[in-house]
Amino acid sequence: MHKKDLLNNSSIRGQITTFVFRKNLNNKMLDIQKIRADFPILEQKVNGKPLIYFDNGATSQKPRVVIDAITKYYEEINANIHRGVHTLSQLATDAYEASREKVRNHINAKEVYEVIFTSGTTQGINLVASGMASLVKEGDEIMVSAVEHHSNIVPWQFLCEKTGAKLVVIPMKENGELIMSEYDKLLSTKTKIVAVNHISNALGTINPIEYIIKKAHEVGAAVLVDGAQATPHLKPDVQDLGCDFYVFSGHKICGPTGVGILYGKEEWLNMLPPYMGGGEMIKEVTFEKTTYADLPHKFEAGTPNIADGIVLGTAIDYLNEVGFENIQKQEKELLSYATEKLLEIEGLKIFGTSENKTSVVSFNIEGIHPYDIGTIIDKLGIAVRTGHHCAQPIMNYFNIPGTIRASFSFYNTKEEIDTFVEAVKKAKMMLS
Amino acid sequence: MTIQEIQEEIVDEFSMFDDWMQRYEYIIELGKSLPLIDEQYKTEDNIIKGCQSKVWVHAEQNDDKVVFTADSDAILTKGIIAILIRTFSNQTPKQILDADTNFIDEIGLKEHLSPTRANGLVSMIKQIKMYALAFQAKN
Repeated sequence: MHKKDLLNNSSIRGQITTFVFRKNLNNKMLDIQKIRADFPILEQKVNGKPLIYFDNGATSQKPRVVIDAITKYYEEINANIHRGVHTLSQLATDAYEASREKVRNHINAKEVYEVIFTSGTTQGINLVASGMASLVKEGDEIMVSAVEHHSNIVPWQFLCEKTGAKLVVIPMKENGELIMSEYDKLLSTKTKIVAVNHISNALGTINPIEYIIKKAHEVGAAVLVDGAQATPHLKPDVQDLGCDFYVFSGHKICGPTGVGILYGKEEWLNMLPPYMGGGEMIKEVTFEKTTYADLPHKFEAGTPNIADGIVLGTAIDYLNEVGFENIQKQEKELLSYATEKLLEIEGLKIFGTSENKTSVVSFNIEGIHPYDIGTIIDKLGIAVRTGHHCAQPIMNYFNIPGTIRASFSFYNTKEEIDTFVEAVKKAKMMLS
Repeated sequence: MTIQEIQEEIVDEFSMFDDWMQRYEYIIELGKSLPLIDEQYKTEDNIIKGCQSKVWVHAEQNDDKVVFTADSDAILTKGIIAILIRTFSNQTPKQILDADTNFIDEIGLKEHLSPTRANGLVSMIKQIKMYALAFQAKN
């Protein structure tokens, strides 16, 4: 049936209309109280005050479905995967592989074997950086950006030490954006891999990764995107982006800790040697020579984090049910509301002021150490991150010891922001 | 005064406060009374590792006693180090090494004693005791 015929078919048209209508309705009416009820921890009191959790950049809270799914796994199907002929092993294997397929679908990877389970973003980056040692030589260049988390700097420094390659850094502007004209100049045929975050953890800037990927490919460099801070807010389409590697963590997207994903294009994953040796990752082992298993198992030595790998799928389902459009809409509102309210405080400066940013406000108040404010507002039940956010180069750029970072999630509210702003004012009064 | 007596005095002072806010306000006040470290000793070597804020501690020997000076870029940390220095300064290395620090718990700063807490009160105490140990070995 052609599209035109489809639209002429009244019963299908009715369905489409209903669907669109529902979708819009859903968009307008994200029931925050209902969503908050999904997260048991949000009912907690901290220091006698209702918890206000604004440290979502560090880790997200978990909905009831995720918490229950962990228990359910251990109560009902716990077994080692990919080896037993018995029923439980088969059920656990099926659930684990079904989760892998869910991830593939979520990030739109071409093949399911391009999705590798890891322990988190850090391991994903280390796996790639370590494997690149066989493909990089002295004189080559590895490029990172000025707004990277330490986990997207240090593994590449290891690689440079091992191979004699040089680490090159894309500089940033005062507002937290990367300078693309400088990037263009730094790129050359010496560049072997460009490793950048999709969104900066310390400042919230959304980096122009589409451009970065396109330009890198023009000189034949691979691109690894650190999606740890992006995946809570958006659904990356790895085929559309064209990146060679995309890494992220489960615990930042409402999933369990200790599980993450490395997406790699098939040809790149085939070029990289295995990261760890052990069971599961082999085809045949003799004392003379071992041959490796096919993707994805080549990179999944040993018994993996089965329960959390399965439950990562549950978390992804949950987020898709809430809907990323809804998530973005709510977070955008929170970001602009918080920015406006915070800027009313005299002496407060926000770091990371790009138009393109997610729901992160990193700030300081003149003459007050971020640690002092963090300590006082903790007493008022508010969880924020203070310090250098594992991004010391950014702090050095601004010549500050650290910032206070409030990072909002879709389950946060404007009322919470009001309480937070009052708490910051109180702390300021005490500390000035 | 012995370390024990000073600690009891501090516990007494803190017992006057009903809530954390008053306690913290007092800590901020104490920070202002901290015997400040001479600028020349604010070196990398004298920075206490394990603190989210910068803390410098310097120790000198005055006869058989150890005298501490310090500073921090965070006010609360400055107050906390002031409490420690008030306790340990002008004591002999042996007295410093023998002293316990349970009074921190009693003044309602227990959470700051956690070894994983980023403000590193534990690191500060450790550093103070290290200085005492070094002077003891030298004597």
